Amino acid sequence: MHITINTKIQHYFDLIIVLTQKEIKVRYKNSFLGYFWSIAHPLAFAFVFFIAFKVIMRIQMEDYALFLIAGLFPWQWFANSVNAAPMLFIGNASIIKKVNFPRNIIPFAAVLQDMIHFILAIIVIIIFLFIYHKTPSFSWIYGIPILLSIQFLMTYGVSLIISSLNLFFRDLERLTNLFITLLFYFTPVIYSETMIPEKYKSIINLNPLTPMMISWRNLFLDGRLDAFYLMISLSYAIILFGVGYIIYKKLSWRFAEVL
Amino acid sequence: MRETVITFEKITKSYPFYHHIVGIKNFLFALPSSLKAIRTSRFEALRDISFEVYRGETFGVIGRNGAGKSTILGLIAEVLRADKGKFLIEGRVSPLLELGAGFHPELTGKENIMLNGVLLGLTRRDVLKKMDEIIEFSELVNFIDQPIRTYSSGMLARLGFSVITHLEPEILLIDEVLAVGDIDFQKKCIDKMMDFKKSGVTIILVSHSMEDVKKICDRVMWVENHTVRMIGEPDEVIASYRHIE
Repeated sequence: MHITINTKIQHYFDLIIVLTQKEIKVRYKNSFLGYFWSIAHPLAFAFVFFIAFKVIMRIQMEDYALFLIAGLFPWQWFANSVNAAPMLFIGNASIIKKVNFPRNIIPFAAVLQDMIHFILAIIVIIIFLFIYHKTPSFSWIYGIPILLSIQFLMTYGVSLIISSLNLFFRDLERLTNLFITLLFYFTPVIYSETMIPEKYKSIINLNPLTPMMISWRNLFLDGRLDAFYLMISLSYAIILFGVGYIIYKKLSWRFAEVL
Repeated sequence: MRETVITFEKITKSYPFYHHIVGIKNFLFALPSSLKAIRTSRFEALRDISFEVYRGETFGVIGRNGAGKSTILGLIAEVLRADKGKFLIEGRVSPLLELGAGFHPELTGKENIMLNGVLLGLTRRDVLKKMDEIIEFSELVNFIDQPIRTYSSGMLARLGFSVITHLEPEILLIDEVLAVGDIDFQKKCIDKMMDFKKSGVTIILVSHSMEDVKKICDRVMWVENHTVRMIGEPDEVIASYRHIE
């Protein structure tokens, strides 16, 4: 039997669907509670930051709770995917050692699953908008798909880098967790980019997550899509995906050796 | 003239000792010696081995632990790459996975059939088409909508084997799986393999059970010290193997 190109693409596609379905089914097994728990985490953090910065340190910003929510959910998608990356291939060792299938589908499905979850969490952002007497904008219709695509590419690239390298350097997992935690405070999620002192403003875009998170928040709060931030995010996404794919390609045939 | 489906020609496969580089911290702190270690200290799993497998035959691989049997299966499944030599294969390879590999405990039996079937190379449509047949073969109709964490190991083995038997493999790889499950299930496995044999499937069987090898295999290869010690009739090879042991 000759496997045609078509059935091969169909099989890729089916692998993605089945693996993503698996993740989602496991996550939402107790449908309501599953959903509740996965939005509870960013909400709890929003609450803590609100107490710390608004109530205690009296940050000068209107609607600070809404501001936090609009940044924490997209951040959570990125952080969850990257923090899960080190274990992706190790967790599927038994199948990687026996079956020859495109391994990059595992991180692809994992990031896709977190993305779907983020999309579901947008409902929470809408609820908060209404609480603060605001409404979603029409620009969401094209803005959300654009930003989703860019962040997906970026996150998938980082996930490929970390999941592949972690097979060869097993302490990468600790470094990843530490790095993500530090990166969070260097990204304008709990503060706005306008609050950054003038002399540091020129370097904030060295952090690939900065333009990404600013774009999300501008879109959610004001329906604004800034071409400047969009282009930087897209460039970072393409670079990170390129690097990730090259690393994965170089190492993937050794996966079965090291597992 | 017999048709060759798998060719190993002077295949050598070695692994670096990856334990030198388990951590990025250690690796960077001892960079020169780490790099040298990758290049020089290698473990040779197969040295210069050559053999052929013909279409429709059942080919047994025996030998002590660590002789290189699993590396051979890994090369055939194309999850490993040889360092040297020529490797050719014709046909779709289906590995028989160990108990529950690729299954998720929280998913139901049915969901796991889909997951496993697609991971092993079927499309979703293929699996759906065969779903009823697979469930029936597994004899798990009453449990199929339960999460498989509630299954016994015998039930898991039945589920896994049912999926593999509906893959329509051309080349079937079996690594020690017959050791699991109860006597009835083992018998069912052997019967099913006999069916495969009759329908012309090429089977590569790695096993420590000389009875099974003798019963099903047409030819046997004895691997020792990372090279081929002997290839031939099952009775002959097994006798020499036992003699040495």
